[in-house]
Amino acid sequence: MKVLVPVKRVVDYNVKVRVKADQTGVDLANVKMSMNPFDEIAVEEAVRLKEAGKATEIVVVSIGPKGAQEQIRTALAMGADRGLLIETDDEVQPLAVAKLLKAVVEAEQPQLVVLGKQAIDDDSNQTGQMLAALMGWPQGTFASKVTVGDGEVEVIREIDGGLQTVALKLPAIVTTDLRLNEPRYASLPNIMKAKKKPLDAKTPADFGVDIAPRLKTLKVSEPPKRKGGIKVPDIATLVDKLKNEAGVI
Amino acid sequence: MAVLVIADHNNATLGAATLNAVTAGTRLGDVHVLVAGKDAGAVAEAAAKVAGVAKVLHAEGDQYAANLPENLAPLVVGLADGYSHIVASATSASKNVMPRVAALLDVAQISEAIEIVSEDTFVRPIYAGNALATVQSGDKVKVLTVRGTAFKAAEAEGGSATVESIQAADDAAVSRFVGESLSKSERPELASAKIVVSGGRGVGSSDNFKIIEGLADALGAAVGASRAAVDAGYVPNDYQVGQTGKVVAPQLYVAVGISGAIQHLAGMKDSKVIVAINKDEEAPIFQVADYGLVGDLFKIVPELTETLKK
Repeated sequence: MKVLVPVKRVVDYNVKVRVKADQTGVDLANVKMSMNPFDEIAVEEAVRLKEAGKATEIVVVSIGPKGAQEQIRTALAMGADRGLLIETDDEVQPLAVAKLLKAVVEAEQPQLVVLGKQAIDDDSNQTGQMLAALMGWPQGTFASKVTVGDGEVEVIREIDGGLQTVALKLPAIVTTDLRLNEPRYASLPNIMKAKKKPLDAKTPADFGVDIAPRLKTLKVSEPPKRKGGIKVPDIATLVDKLKNEAGVI
Repeated sequence: MAVLVIADHNNATLGAATLNAVTAGTRLGDVHVLVAGKDAGAVAEAAAKVAGVAKVLHAEGDQYAANLPENLAPLVVGLADGYSHIVASATSASKNVMPRVAALLDVAQISEAIEIVSEDTFVRPIYAGNALATVQSGDKVKVLTVRGTAFKAAEAEGGSATVESIQAADDAAVSRFVGESLSKSERPELASAKIVVSGGRGVGSSDNFKIIEGLADALGAAVGASRAAVDAGYVPNDYQVGQTGKVVAPQLYVAVGISGAIQHLAGMKDSKVIVAINKDEEAPIFQVADYGLVGDLFKIVPELTETLKK
């Protein structure tokens, strides 16, 4: 079974982002970039499926600037077999990403596509579901356990009140939640080996997909700042403040 | 044109999150509520009583029993022609189905809107709530999820909408529900609680979490947790507050033994009053806390609980 894993290059999750003064976006110049944390979990899950003899080949795809090659190489060093970069410097929104991925899925014919549940930059949580819709495939979103069976995949999903288990006919789409697994670190020898693994480059035009944004960003602003609070010396003062100053208890 | 609100429910009761979505919907037009479920007549009746709802569409079928998006999305898409907006609260169920609806309609989805500027312009948080994007949609139908805490709940009584039965769509038959395990709790529901008490790694163990629960009970609060506490196995993961867990905005949020990482703040920094109890006076949580108390939580929390009980 072939597994396709889309990964996204995003600002590193430890970076405290700053909104640009002209409100056109956040300042990403000279900021550390990494693989989206949920996508690392997706790569790890695919590699584990391969190690368990369920998957035969893992193809990693990223859509974004030339720099996204780094994130594909990271995935290759973790154990993926080959990479594909669909290179563009334009903003690509989830619907357009899903359309590009549909074209990749049609070309590669994977049985399973594993994506992160959301990217930590736009926080959309849409791409996996949209790809499932465009393919007419079932979806197992927010997965905390994935078991590949015969012609079917069973997914335990994190839902608001607890956990839900669904069985999906293959081919299917799975999106990862944080607790699915603990991604491995790539070892130095594997990082060296990953440099020799194939990495193709294409452009959105090669797939004939229109990636023009459907949502126009009018401005990006700072969230309102919380007023600095105070430290209280003891419990009695805290309770008094909560009762009489804040009026919340 | 009218606005279609997708009801959040468990086939027996209408989910509280639906009331927030109705409020958002009424800002955009006449609100119709879709209730798709199995034996969900009582839910449809409850939806009809919500103030501001003009009509309830009720679809019955085994295929809607478990909220499977493969079955729910085609039903919603079949109704979309008559609506300018399709709206749901950003619950795990609607985050699952709404992007599927949007893609089938070939439109963008707006995730977790916190403000409606106009019928085509919305504000939504990005980068874990560290920036707010104002976005404008040019699509014919606007598909959006709204953050429940950003919109007041509509009154659950006072409405008198008609309930109209609608034709169920075919079972897509590509997925099936196997089972579920729900956390049992007598406390208020985390996402809608007025007071939330959360514990972090500093609590140290599952047993120690009892002191957090004791404080929560003294305050009539829901219990939350940071990711560190969930990962360490102190509490189930549906307790998690943060970018990848639940987003809450209660009147009072008490963070105990939580350092205040960006991802946690994303889930609680819109709370009205934040209290931090932490032994590390340099912890980032104190930068957002209205009232901070530096000290050992194992001493402070039981004493605070006793004081509140008096």
